[in-house]
Amino acid sequence: MTKIKSLADLKKIRDEVQSKIKLRENSDHPEQTVQIKVGMATCGIASGAKETMNYFVEELEQQAIDAVVTQTGCMGYCYAEPTVEITLPGKGPVVFGYVNKSKAEEIIEVYIKRGKLVDGIIPVNFKTIDE
Amino acid sequence: MSDYKMHLLICSGTGCKASESEDIINSFTSLIDEFGLEDEVQIVRTGCFGFCEKGPIVKVLPDNTFYVRVSPGDTEEILKEHIVKGRTVQRLLYTDPVTNENISDSKGIGFYKKQIRIALRNCGFINPENIEEYIARDGYMALGKCLAEFTPEETIQEIKESGLRGRGGGGFPTGLKWEITRKSEADQKYVVCNADEGDPGAFMDRSILEGDPHSVLEAMAICGYCIGADKGLVYIRAEYPLAIERLKTAIKQAREYGLLGNDIMGAKFNFDIELRYGAGAFVCGEETALIHSMEGLRGEPTFKPPFPSVSGYMGKPTNVNNVETFANIPVILNKGANWFNKIGTEKSKGTKVFALAGKINNVGLIEVPMGTTLREVIYDIGGGIKNGKEFKSVQTGGPSGGCLTKDFLDTPIDYDNLIAAGSMMGSGGMIVMDEDDCMVSIARFYLEFTLEESCGKCTPCRVGNKRLHEILDKITKGKGEVEDIERLRVLSSVIKDASLCGLGQSSPNPVLSTIANFENEYLAHVNDGKCPAGQCKALLKYEIAEDLCTGCTLCFRNCPVGAITGERRQPHFIDQSICIKCGVCFEKCKFDAITLT
Repeated sequence: MTKIKSLADLKKIRDEVQSKIKLRENSDHPEQTVQIKVGMATCGIASGAKETMNYFVEELEQQAIDAVVTQTGCMGYCYAEPTVEITLPGKGPVVFGYVNKSKAEEIIEVYIKRGKLVDGIIPVNFKTIDE
Repeated sequence: MSDYKMHLLICSGTGCKASESEDIINSFTSLIDEFGLEDEVQIVRTGCFGFCEKGPIVKVLPDNTFYVRVSPGDTEEILKEHIVKGRTVQRLLYTDPVTNENISDSKGIGFYKKQIRIALRNCGFINPENIEEYIARDGYMALGKCLAEFTPEETIQEIKESGLRGRGGGGFPTGLKWEITRKSEADQKYVVCNADEGDPGAFMDRSILEGDPHSVLEAMAICGYCIGADKGLVYIRAEYPLAIERLKTAIKQAREYGLLGNDIMGAKFNFDIELRYGAGAFVCGEETALIHSMEGLRGEPTFKPPFPSVSGYMGKPTNVNNVETFANIPVILNKGANWFNKIGTEKSKGTKVFALAGKINNVGLIEVPMGTTLREVIYDIGGGIKNGKEFKSVQTGGPSGGCLTKDFLDTPIDYDNLIAAGSMMGSGGMIVMDEDDCMVSIARFYLEFTLEESCGKCTPCRVGNKRLHEILDKITKGKGEVEDIERLRVLSSVIKDASLCGLGQSSPNPVLSTIANFENEYLAHVNDGKCPAGQCKALLKYEIAEDLCTGCTLCFRNCPVGAITGERRQPHFIDQSICIKCGVCFEKCKFDAITLT
């Protein structure tokens, strides 16, 4: 890859890569992919986040659902690990707690495929620095 | 996609469930059936909203209406008025305590403004193993701007104006520390990141390094630019394998992108970062001990001055900052000191990350502005005490801090207030205790920790803490005497006065603060031979009430040590000399015939 040699370079790369997480920042973005973020800090992994993540990746691929599954750090809801944040196209992010395999299956079937919320949502309750 | 036009989010966290949220859900379900709205309105059970005080909570989407203290009798009105006719039910809205206005959108409610994420801004948002996601969130922009547009002095000035103080516990002004290190003249200087997080129950730094490692690397490079160092070292405990892995990946990526290395962003500034592993000794969080450990020497503190900013790693000027302190730096420089110093209290600016643990519903990681009260943290954000028990105490500051009682619940949290209350900020561990926790045992637990972690250099700390522990142990075993309390006090003050480093100077704090705030409990142990919380096994006594015992023999059959005797259908007895106080008989008895005193 190209090295960043100046502030202008950095700004250019930022603008390029910004579109990649744009979907996460702006839920009105029309792009047709589902964004899934699995909390993979120590607390998440200890509660089986790795299995949950693998399940999402495999299952979505098998069902040919266009989705981006990424890992992220601790969302702070350690009591409800594994936690998964899902952003459907055109919708705000929703955080689900205690996502084991069967919960993941339910989320894929009910929320991702049919857009109906399932029980176990964790209401996000903090302000970000962008607000 | 969904056909539903409306979502009813109903809280089914422990708090709201206790106030009939399940009945509300049932009532809504049958009403929606009755009105034939099954295809239009969906009911969703959610986790705790955190606003338990105003529960049960019902939130209506898409218009984001937030109803508080809803009772099962209110459901019909909400359905008929709001869902059918689209009119908000004013009387169930949250009323702002200051303006007395009804607020319908939850974003306008004070509680939801309580958490603000600065140090944790990217945790749980970006993929920590992908530098591009960090760059997309303005990552390395602060470093780029400093290198291109600001002198080191200007940058330090900005940090000073922000009012940022060290988040490792001491609270020393960060800008001032950078300035002192800058002014120390030497051919080589170092930037050190203290990631030796050791307080029991604290995991703020680990989460930052696991969730957003680049923010720390960027800040270290900025620090290097400001103080004139080209080398950074992260001292991290080997017990954090995932954080180490993520840091390694981040360093590798930053080097590949030219954000670490030689001639960064064409500004003739060189900076690189290496990792140094600690073996997990608590004392190595003290900066002089940390430096000795990095040099390959024993992890023992030495006298200050000279401070590390004058003579630190390898005898060279070294700037040591904590992980969370560093994580704040890029935001301050991107958003400006004036943005940052508007958050917080007069002398403590910005936010603080706390690891909430213990007997609290929402165990987790929170970030609140300085000046938030303990009550807001424990009840509003933490969701209150587990299993509806009574709050007893909150321990802040780890083994160096103290236990605060409910009298301090409305104290705004900042460096100075916590010290005035007899505890300290520390690195941000917050352990909540309920009525079942014995404060003498808690003090003993912390002493056990410092006892093991004392490096042994100073006699008062090495021997004194051992003696403190012995006295506490004696009290919990029911062999204490009233004079022991005074002995604890005197010994504690000697240890505090005569120890070299922060570990010894603060290790008696849990003892002193529990004596100050819970002297009754100590007295109950030594005078009455009772443990009010029922935790000290040696002081417990299980007895069988003759009139309630049916002689079912269940306890007799379950007792692991054969301490229970008695004939079938006749009252049984417990032989106190054999009983090990395991409590099995108490749990098994179906007739409540066994009492615990």
